Amino acid sequence: MRESLRIRLFLIFGGIFLLLYCYAAVDLPPWGSYRGPYGDVISRVAVYERHATDAVNAINYDYRAFDTLGEEFILFTAVLGVMMLLRREEGASTQDADKVSDDYRLSDTVRATAMPAIVATVVFGFYIGLHGQLTPGGGFQAGVVLASVPLLLYVCENTESFRRITSHTAVEILEAMGAASYALIGLAPLLFGLPLLTNFLPLGQTGDVFSSGTIALISACVGVEVTAAFLLVAYTYLEEIITGHIPEE
Amino acid sequence: MPHALHLLPFLVAAWLFFCGLYGLISSRHLVHSVICLAILQSSTYILLLGIGYRVGGAAPIFADIAPGKITVDPVVQALMLTDVVVEAVVVALLLAMVVKAHEKAGTVSPDELRTLRG
Amino acid sequence: MMWVGAGLLLLVAVTGFGVVRTRDVTSQVVALGFYGVLMALVFFFFQAPDVALSQITVGALALPLMVMLAISRMKYRAHNQKAKGQRDA
Repeated sequence: MRESLRIRLFLIFGGIFLLLYCYAAVDLPPWGSYRGPYGDVISRVAVYERHATDAVNAINYDYRAFDTLGEEFILFTAVLGVMMLLRREEGASTQDADKVSDDYRLSDTVRATAMPAIVATVVFGFYIGLHGQLTPGGGFQAGVVLASVPLLLYVCENTESFRRITSHTAVEILEAMGAASYALIGLAPLLFGLPLLTNFLPLGQTGDVFSSGTIALISACVGVEVTAAFLLVAYTYLEEIITGHIPEE
Repeated sequence: MPHALHLLPFLVAAWLFFCGLYGLISSRHLVHSVICLAILQSSTYILLLGIGYRVGGAAPIFADIAPGKITVDPVVQALMLTDVVVEAVVVALLLAMVVKAHEKAGTVSPDELRTLRG
Repeated sequence: MMWVGAGLLLLVAVTGFGVVRTRDVTSQVVALGFYGVLMALVFFFFQAPDVALSQITVGALALPLMVMLAISRMKYRAHNQKAKGQRDA
């Protein structure tokens, strides 16, 4: 279908849909007047029932932990898909191509600024990950922040150190362990006769770092998995450019 | 008749949805269409946000306010967190497919990649 | 206060349209990064700090990074095909 015909069809039917949408949206309650019951119930009871001051993370890792389990396995499967599509096969014959030389280093100013940034990022990442149940943050955000540390290292040093960190087998093992330990923490209450993903650990005192039972633990597992997942994706995309080996046609 | 201000998030969500869809349809580069898909997904954030907002409500973090105070809806925010993660992951997988298509066919234009070759 | 929110939402609408209409892919990555940070601002205004933190890390860090990695890998392949063609020719 020609492009102009496609756009004209889209504008016609899109216009009809937009009119129907506006006709339906007129009956919605006005913006800013949330009336539903569940948000208010959670706001009232989350701190007392789970000893977690962050209601959003309490919902994510406890009240609706099953959805987050599905989301973690979506992440795992997508990284699996990326690796299957783009990874170089073992033993395939390769041709050497141009690559960034191992000794190539950026200017001293950039490296001097990036080194303290590494320290600050690591500390910040661990802080966000461990305080998931107390303040905004949690496992996923910490995972992405920590995954940027090898990239900063790549800016500071050369490609060799980046390659050695991200192509290590430990990254794959950590990712699998992160996803599996979430599932295992969910399955453990079944041994005690409780439903799946029950918060069965002692809840501790509100405001402590080691409070709210399995929420902190699940948050840590998710953080480990997300860090490893993003590092794997970054290395899979960059593998050819860093090593300079392209598979023969 | 409700004021346009009362429905603003819902209208902006519809506008973003149609912008993303228009970009997807009229795209000439596969990576451009993947980014337009990300814009399309972000329209749902605005919609969910508009549903859960309450004027004068505080953030649902009780580290420094007393529980039971009027807050905005935390359930919808939990849904949005999952949504953001899924967007990142879907874009990663789609980009891997785009890179592979470029390797096999040598082109990234969706018009030229139309027929499926076994 | 609602007017600030309304202004931010209109800015989001305009920026979204701008990202879609950018044809060159490398410039679109920069626009996507800006869009991500703007969405994080909107989330902050709407009293959703957790989601805002997520959106900053994903929409301004992970997403533009992955798109840039994909583009650079495609360019690397194309550059090497051309170099190989010139060597063989």
